[in-house]
Amino acid sequence: MSDETGSLTTRMMHEDLIRPVVFTGRRFYLAVALLGLIVLWGLAAWGYQVRTGMGVAGINSPVFWGVYIATYIFFIGISNAGTLISAMLRLSHAGWRHPVTRCAEAITVFALMVGGMFPLIHLGRVWKFYWLIPYPNERGLWPNFHSPLVWDFMAINTYLLGSFVYLYLPMLPDLALIRDRVNGWRRRFYGLLALGWSGTPVEWHRLEKAISILAVVIIPVAISMHSVVAWDFSVALKPMWHSTIFAPYFVVGALFSGIAILIVAMVILRRVFHLEAYLEPIHFNNLGLLLLMFCCLWLYFTFAEYLVTWYGHLPDEMAPFRFRVEGSLAPFFWGMVLMNFVIPVPILAVRKTRTVTGCLVASLSILIGMWLERYLIVVGTLSRPRLEFAWGHYAPTWVEMSILAGTIAYFILLYVLFSKLFPIISIWEFKQGRRLRERRPTRDVPVMADEPFPGVMLDD
Amino acid sequence: MAKWGMVIDLDRCTGCEACVIACHAENNLPIVGEEESAKGRQHNWIRVERYWEGEYPHIRARFIPVLCQQCDHAPCEPVCPVYATYHNPEGLNAQVYNRCIGTRFCANNCPYTVRVFNWFDHHWEKPLDEQLNPDVSIRTRGMMEKCTFCIQRIHRARHQAEDEGRDIRDGDVQPACVQSCPTEAMVFGDLDDPDSRVSQRARSRRAFRLLEELGTEPSVIYLKGDEWVEP
Repeated sequence: MSDETGSLTTRMMHEDLIRPVVFTGRRFYLAVALLGLIVLWGLAAWGYQVRTGMGVAGINSPVFWGVYIATYIFFIGISNAGTLISAMLRLSHAGWRHPVTRCAEAITVFALMVGGMFPLIHLGRVWKFYWLIPYPNERGLWPNFHSPLVWDFMAINTYLLGSFVYLYLPMLPDLALIRDRVNGWRRRFYGLLALGWSGTPVEWHRLEKAISILAVVIIPVAISMHSVVAWDFSVALKPMWHSTIFAPYFVVGALFSGIAILIVAMVILRRVFHLEAYLEPIHFNNLGLLLLMFCCLWLYFTFAEYLVTWYGHLPDEMAPFRFRVEGSLAPFFWGMVLMNFVIPVPILAVRKTRTVTGCLVASLSILIGMWLERYLIVVGTLSRPRLEFAWGHYAPTWVEMSILAGTIAYFILLYVLFSKLFPIISIWEFKQGRRLRERRPTRDVPVMADEPFPGVMLDD
Repeated sequence: MAKWGMVIDLDRCTGCEACVIACHAENNLPIVGEEESAKGRQHNWIRVERYWEGEYPHIRARFIPVLCQQCDHAPCEPVCPVYATYHNPEGLNAQVYNRCIGTRFCANNCPYTVRVFNWFDHHWEKPLDEQLNPDVSIRTRGMMEKCTFCIQRIHRARHQAEDEGRDIRDGDVQPACVQSCPTEAMVFGDLDDPDSRVSQRARSRRAFRLLEELGTEPSVIYLKGDEWVEP
């Protein structure tokens, strides 16, 4: 692998990674227009829902939450992964991490932005959403800090701020690099964003220090974020929600779907920007192995969750259990098992199929499977409340599906714009990784945070 | 301060649903129609559940009116992010309509599924709007609501008692459902007063509370005989 990377000159690297920033192809405009239209459609559907009432969605009594909350967990899940994966790779000094970190971190920020919209989309009176914010007011009204929804609000905002800083800080040297290579408004734009980065050893030292501190701090923030989402459910007095393993179960599911979306994003970026020399098969191989591990972890947690429910055989718990496993949600349940385990595991376990395409197929399958899991958790329990008389069913309407499509398109749109405006592969980290690899030609070279950086320069 | 409670004698309930109608009239509940009801959006603060006991031909329908149980440890209360649902000093689970932002978490967490959401704005065609109860506010779309034990009647009884310089007497407060029950299956009153009718009935050996094992401490007490003799 190092041979291929070694053949890349710095000039070629700048050419490859900065070109998309300056050069805009027709495909970009097409993609933006198409995604923009879907976003507008979703926006229109949401406007209709706000004006008419939540009744235009398929939710009802007893299924008071539906696709919105399922998708909310899904997006928060994939947001969990970016930063967490990047932080874990940084802290474990994984030598292959350099081209992966930024596209992962960007997923986090955008998935959080989109995921965070869902609790608002699902609010009956969204125009009063600011009552969730603890702000001093003349009536002395505060939010209820006992409510998991308030924890949610805090966790999302903390994580959004943290992951934004964690994305932005390592971008500074690259922004300065672009600033020094472009003219006109671009020079002013990137100059402003680069915060006057000039590449002195002191700056490098501080940057590395800040990144390594952030990488440590962001891990508990990310884990608490998805644990709080899990507690939205498990603190409730509901059969098959009131479960102690929900927080770790959700975190595992989050990482699982997060790695999957990272792989999908990497495959697309690789094709669109011709980054074959940067996102190499080894990255997909390594991420594929990580994904394989999470397939097994996911199955383990799911098995543990369903086994004890079934073995305990409490009538209240068995109602949602049966509804999921053999009731009208059975296609969703077995589809989930198929998509999350049966399909991806053979692909990822065999070295021959653990290719770029293989990883893509497995990842797409897992993304669908994990959305199904979130849907099952929400709808599977709510349809079967304790009093049998109140049992119900749920099917989403066109409004919910339009808003779902709109938000997915919005997520992709944000990512497209980001990868257009900024180098999606961290140029300086890539150089750093390459230098260290050249110096000591082993695959995994530890990168010490406080090592001076004589080799990493903005210009050669 | 009273501790309001209700006793419902299931052995007396005929399932006539007069309580449901009375509740609609008293509390300005909208009629949502067949289509919305089929979607699971019936707008009832009290519902009469029907269960079958025994095997044919020795079969019997049993009815159980289910309304907000006004739990002492109400699962709906802690989950509300804005305190729209809270415990009032008399132990009622009060719902502050204009504070509600519609997260619907309270409804999810209610083991009795008795909370009702306003999926749309409701309109009463003329002249039906003339019969709306002026003591009860109209709720708009996006708000949660539920049985209040006819809190407006409790207030009225208290004000009257204050005017007359006395305490509220047993029987002064009658929620609409209790008032309309033709078999007097429902009794309402102060559970803290050991001599009240509701307390006397609540001491019955036939007493049980719905989903008692959850520890929600409901204020609604049901009475049901162990044996049933075919008439």
